[in-house]
Amino acid sequence: MAETKPIPQEGTFAPWTDPQAVPLIRFKNVTKRFGAFTAIDDLTLDIYPQEFFALLGPSGCGKTTMMRMLAGFETPSEGTIEIDGRDMAHVPPNQRAVNMMFQSYALFPHLSVYDNIAFGLKRSDMPKAEIPDRVQEMLRLTRLEQFAKRKPHQISGGQRQRVALARSLAKAPALLLLDEPLGALDKKLREETQFELMDIQEKTGTTFVIVTHDQEEAMTVASRVAVMDAGRIVQVDTPPAIYETPNTVYVADFIGDVNLIEGTATATGEYAYDVSFAAGADPIHVTECEADIADGSHVTFAIRPEKILVTREQPDDRANAVEGTIIDIGYLGNLSTYHVELPGGQMVKATMTNSSRISRRDYSWEDKVWLSFRASAGVVLTE
Amino acid sequence: MRRLSWFNATSLTIGFAFLYLPMVILVIYSFNESKLVTVWAGFSTKWYGELFRNEAFLDAAWVTLRVALISSTLATVLGTAAAYVLVRGGKFFGKTLFSGMIYAPLVMPDVILGLSLLLLFIAVGLDRGMLTIILAHTTFSMCYVAVVVSSRLVSFDRSLEEAALDLGCTAWDAFRSVTLPIIAPAVISGWLLGFTLSLDDLVIASFASGPSSTTLPIKIFSAVRLGVSPEINALSSILIGFVTIGVITFSITTKRAVVRRRREENAT
Repeated sequence: MAETKPIPQEGTFAPWTDPQAVPLIRFKNVTKRFGAFTAIDDLTLDIYPQEFFALLGPSGCGKTTMMRMLAGFETPSEGTIEIDGRDMAHVPPNQRAVNMMFQSYALFPHLSVYDNIAFGLKRSDMPKAEIPDRVQEMLRLTRLEQFAKRKPHQISGGQRQRVALARSLAKAPALLLLDEPLGALDKKLREETQFELMDIQEKTGTTFVIVTHDQEEAMTVASRVAVMDAGRIVQVDTPPAIYETPNTVYVADFIGDVNLIEGTATATGEYAYDVSFAAGADPIHVTECEADIADGSHVTFAIRPEKILVTREQPDDRANAVEGTIIDIGYLGNLSTYHVELPGGQMVKATMTNSSRISRRDYSWEDKVWLSFRASAGVVLTE
Repeated sequence: MRRLSWFNATSLTIGFAFLYLPMVILVIYSFNESKLVTVWAGFSTKWYGELFRNEAFLDAAWVTLRVALISSTLATVLGTAAAYVLVRGGKFFGKTLFSGMIYAPLVMPDVILGLSLLLLFIAVGLDRGMLTIILAHTTFSMCYVAVVVSSRLVSFDRSLEEAALDLGCTAWDAFRSVTLPIIAPAVISGWLLGFTLSLDDLVIASFASGPSSTTLPIKIFSAVRLGVSPEINALSSILIGFVTIGVITFSITTKRAVVRRRREENAT
């Protein structure tokens, strides 16, 4: 598995690159079984203070189980989970400095917004006199001041989402768990709320762990993303690294849109390979490939559609250029995606920005076009 | 609203006449002047007056009321606890068996339930009186409470309780401050159901009662064997009134709770 470590930069938040940094959460060889089903399979992971950490994967990949183990609703079958250096095996949920925002929000329907937020505070060591101030602070933070007296069913979905957030943040937990926090909101509200979440996370300095199946959401909010599959973590990295240097076909395919071209690799120099994918066609020239690949091994070349340029004439300044026929055009307004068939029958998607209103309409179905990309535009994956 | 076709109107009339005609006649004759039950001699409320001067009936009514209050309260506590464990207890050994067994007394013939209780009371040397009637009524009412409460718990979002635990509640605190307020309408319905059932039970009470304590249904039953008197009609009319109020309150609370829950669930 090709591990690509980003180079630490001065001033950026990247405690995972610092060997001196102390993790807040440590999963050590954690396995969780439900009967014969293994939900989490020998998983080891460190999460650092003040991170906004996203667990991303399809449903049933084990991400919710990991979150429920952090909250204390499930205990690992094997291995240990440490929070702040303490083994959490026998600590019940009500004694953890961890709060959770539930997917259904789980607001108490019989209590007002105010009482929902005060609920946890009334059960903490906080002196009674300080509770109203803290609740007001939370109401301000989530812009809910004028709804304090309403019941949950008297406010909108977006407001309920903020009540749930305020309630889980009120006790100032060391760790906040968010289970699909924006799943119930519509697209526009979801995008606004993502930025609000990041803002609140920054203001409070709380470590956030978010579970989501929405890759755009994970990419937007998280400092690091863990892509999960069948109880295992496939890759943990920053959003740009996950997107640009996926370590497996699974990650490349799960995050965003990608062209996967299978072929055979031949080394042509240091970090440089040729991938031949069809008899008679020119091989793809790849540079800056970090993986060490034996000649003749079966590989997958992955390239994002927006890295491919579509032109009428053959460009002469690009390492890779191939002619094909447009089969389909997907017009999305800001972008157009061209489905192009290469001579060997291989289909390739290329995305072009519709940067001006009138032009870019010069391609049509059955047109012959040239697809070109740089040698460093794609990655070679061995698994 | 739509007008009923003549066919539907007729079937409705026949059906309801079948159900309510006997009761209507009973109520009408309770206002009969004559001592002869079957001969109408003019309107009068004198039998209601007679009834309230009859010590034996008043005693029986008082016993019935206390039995109903105490047994339905006990049944509510036990039934709610049983429902909570069966719905929330996770998987434990014998769970399916227990869930089945809680429903069994609902379909068990009253005679068998009464007889088995009688045998138990004799075996442990418990003198039959008000206490044994209360125990007997608690036994069968708690099943009804358990059924009503567990159906509410099944549709109850589990994460509400988890949220309470997550925010620092102990299991008992979470039940008291979150679960109980939300299932309260079902608990109240269960109590009303138990109260009504206890009020008009004859079979089980007659097995469990002793000479010192008689409930109203037993009293009526034994009085009727000596001949129907207009007093009994008056008493029965009052009982019909009580049960009607109970049933109507039960269905209104249940219906309201359902409406409110729907509104809350649509909200989440």
